[in-house]
Amino acid sequence: MHPGAWWLWALGLATAASRTNNPLLLGLLVGVAGYVVAARKTDAPWARSYTAFIKIGLFVVGIRLAFNLVLGSPIPGSHTLFTLPELPLPDWAKGIRVGGRVTAEGMLFALYDGVRLATLLICVGAANALANPARLLKSLPGALYEAGVAVVVAMTFAPNMVADVVRLRTARRLRGRPTGGIRAIAQIGLPVLEGALERSVAVAASMDARGYGRTAEVTASVRHLTTALTLGGLLGVCAGTYGLLASEGAGYGIPVLAAGMAASLAGLRLGGRRQIRTRYRPDRWDTRSWLVAGSGAAVAALMIRAGAHASDALTLGVVPLAAPALPLWPALSLLVGLLPAFVAPVPPAPAARPVPPAPPAPPAPPKESV
Amino acid sequence: MIRFENVSVTYDSAPEPTLRNVQLTIPEGELVLLVGPSGVGKSTLLGTVSGLVPHFTGGTLRGRVTVDGRDTRTHKPRELADLVGTVGQDPLAHFVTDTVEDELAYGMESLGLAPAVMRRRVEETLDLLGLAELRDRPIATLSGGQQQRVAIGSVLTPHPKVLVLDEPTSALDPAAAEDVLSVLQRLVHDLGTTVLLAEHRLERVVQYADQVILLPAPGDAPVLGTPADIMRVSPVHPPVVALGHLANWTPLPLSVRDARRRAGPLRERLSTRTPRTPTAEGTQRPRAATPRPATAKRTLASLLRRPPVNPDASATTATATTRAATATATALGVRRGRVEALRRLDLNVTPGETIALMGRNGAGKSTLLATLVGMIEPTSGAVTVSGRTPHRTPPRELIREVGLVPQEPRDLLYADTVAAECAAADQDAGAAPGTCRELVSTLLPGVRDDTHPRDLSEGQRLALALAIVLTGRPPLLLLDEPTRGLDYAAKARLVTVLRALAAEGHAIVLATHDVELAAELAHRVVILAGGEVVADGPTAEVVVSSPAFAPQVAKVLAPQHWLTVAQVREALS
Repeated sequence: MHPGAWWLWALGLATAASRTNNPLLLGLLVGVAGYVVAARKTDAPWARSYTAFIKIGLFVVGIRLAFNLVLGSPIPGSHTLFTLPELPLPDWAKGIRVGGRVTAEGMLFALYDGVRLATLLICVGAANALANPARLLKSLPGALYEAGVAVVVAMTFAPNMVADVVRLRTARRLRGRPTGGIRAIAQIGLPVLEGALERSVAVAASMDARGYGRTAEVTASVRHLTTALTLGGLLGVCAGTYGLLASEGAGYGIPVLAAGMAASLAGLRLGGRRQIRTRYRPDRWDTRSWLVAGSGAAVAALMIRAGAHASDALTLGVVPLAAPALPLWPALSLLVGLLPAFVAPVPPAPAARPVPPAPPAPPAPPKESV
Repeated sequence: MIRFENVSVTYDSAPEPTLRNVQLTIPEGELVLLVGPSGVGKSTLLGTVSGLVPHFTGGTLRGRVTVDGRDTRTHKPRELADLVGTVGQDPLAHFVTDTVEDELAYGMESLGLAPAVMRRRVEETLDLLGLAELRDRPIATLSGGQQQRVAIGSVLTPHPKVLVLDEPTSALDPAAAEDVLSVLQRLVHDLGTTVLLAEHRLERVVQYADQVILLPAPGDAPVLGTPADIMRVSPVHPPVVALGHLANWTPLPLSVRDARRRAGPLRERLSTRTPRTPTAEGTQRPRAATPRPATAKRTLASLLRRPPVNPDASATTATATTRAATATATALGVRRGRVEALRRLDLNVTPGETIALMGRNGAGKSTLLATLVGMIEPTSGAVTVSGRTPHRTPPRELIREVGLVPQEPRDLLYADTVAAECAAADQDAGAAPGTCRELVSTLLPGVRDDTHPRDLSEGQRLALALAIVLTGRPPLLLLDEPTRGLDYAAKARLVTVLRALAAEGHAIVLATHDVELAAELAHRVVILAGGEVVADGPTAEVVVSSPAFAPQVAKVLAPQHWLTVAQVREALS
């Protein structure tokens, strides 16, 4: 299945999430995403990122609440929970408040808002867990491939560095030093950066030796044409977008934008001529991909439609305080997002033993001993 | 196939050329082994073939290197990619993609081969290297041997005419190393690939080589010859060659098989004698019969005498049974995620004893060491070191009970000079200032205070890490894979140092794949498989009967229990 389908599905869910602040609907959405991830993820390292995204999501909610607590909120509320000592600020800082009254309405609003952000993040996390980001590269146009590889290699820099930090922190124990604390991190900082840099250089050497960046000869005229098309196209896109957004000139906005897009696409295509790369077993966009991507799009469309019809149930007010209700139809439409859990191909069974040792019954460890 | 014409390479900051006057021709379809002590420029020589030297590393290359007629000065590494396949020392640094199948295809994609061709070659290579059942696996979850095979496979798929490998078997257990070497041999025999490889562990590879290039010393011109000729003069040679020298066998045997054929008379001469094994001394007469160490060791001894309890512990106590154990593990179990890394493992380590932990990659050796230093908490069972539970002991106190030199000694080094490192070590261990520096001077003579640890060679760095760990005078010393990347000379120095420490009453546990090291040092060998002890006994008894873990001398002289050339030499003199 095409990895792009997973991303479209996740983006659909994320769009739906951005349309509501009803925590019940958002919770349902997280549940849908979580169920699909549980049903269809592999045991690859990148599939473990889902839990990390959930943690980041909870962290975001926490931050949102903390800010609300300290800085107050513009929501007028009558239910005071407690009052923090307020920091007197000079005149020029009018409009900023530190401390003061904390209202139930304000906190509730912050919670809704935080949960929405968290849900967006979790949708992205789901896509990350289900589709290997590196495989998306294979679907990039040839001209962009090399930039794409650079990005992916840069992305692996971070997890490798985290692994180094963990290793060096445990090594500190061997020197009899505490493994926690700011000082520990500061002291291992330099070795970690050094290690990460060295590894990146080694990967670059290996890529070079394996033919990364081999190009075909193209004539000078083709090169110039490519540059002209790409640059002109980008300019056109900028001008067209401006035309669309600005109050005057909306008439020529769309045609200029379209022309710009076409020119840049042609530039990319022509640029691909320099590229001699071929693709090994490219991912195909098959029926399953259509269904998966389609289910995401359907969720987004249904939620947007529901937003137009029953905005009250989707966008909850906090004044006056009220318990959120679960609107039936939007909730049902979210469940469409479960479709991939049934139509996407089941990942291959995890290997019998995920870590090094080969299967039991080894050939020749000495039996006779002692 | 590969021609070096008067090649010398000078790196930018170096005063002297790393390689000088290299004049060689390597014919097609040969397996050529590059040998020499550390730091003579083996990796540089390999790099010139793939064009990474000087295009990637910088420096100046004089002369000309041509591979199949292509000049590496005018061709960048990427333009040689269809001709030369390169695998570096660390397979993990080699991978660009993250699953096995994609990795195999990567090189071909870069070259722009047709999809149908790629598909066929990936399937062929999966079969050739026995990787078929791993095809969808993420590379990060593979064992060291599997990763090395994937790395080799990934450069094989574009069908290069030349394969360049830098220490392909150093990190592998004996069985995995055999796998990799048999693959290389198949390539040479079946496909006519030219293979150029550098390796420190000659005992594993020399019998497969068609020719050997010897780089005797930095800046010296290399010598190319048949393995037998080169081994006669080489300063680095495997034990079987040393045995051949000792017994004056001509032609010099390179493989155990050759040596066994000629070993009849030697076996007969030796049959009346018994090897003076460290085992016997280690467990029965701990101190008395141990040969007095040479002067260097004497200094070590004075430095490392453990004052408090009983300064001469091993000499005064009589037998192993009455001695208190330095460390014990009882029914030890460790779980990591879903994997049981250790299962109901029992181990007893007594003072003055050297134990070699062996077993294939992932058998639980490193886990066991990590548990002994308290980095991992056991899930079941108990572990004690000098009567304390490691993972509950504060690190500051623990380093006076047990020290571990990790697989990558660099992990222990934070400071930017040797002197600063030593001062920090004294402080960490609460030792008198200067203790660590004295140890460094003994273990690593001639290293200046202001040297950056990064500029030390592999062996020197190991010695520095060892000195730091020894500053706390731990009765139990653990080493994880200490000989990785060491040449024979550095290894011999390490053996001397460790023997002196054991004679001082330190208990030493080393996890290693190096059977020759185990034979030289260990009183006892413990073999782990799947987290369980499958063999535990005196070195001679355990290794002689084992095809994978027997040192070369034992294989040649089996069924007699000789383990090292030194033992044989002593018995004959």
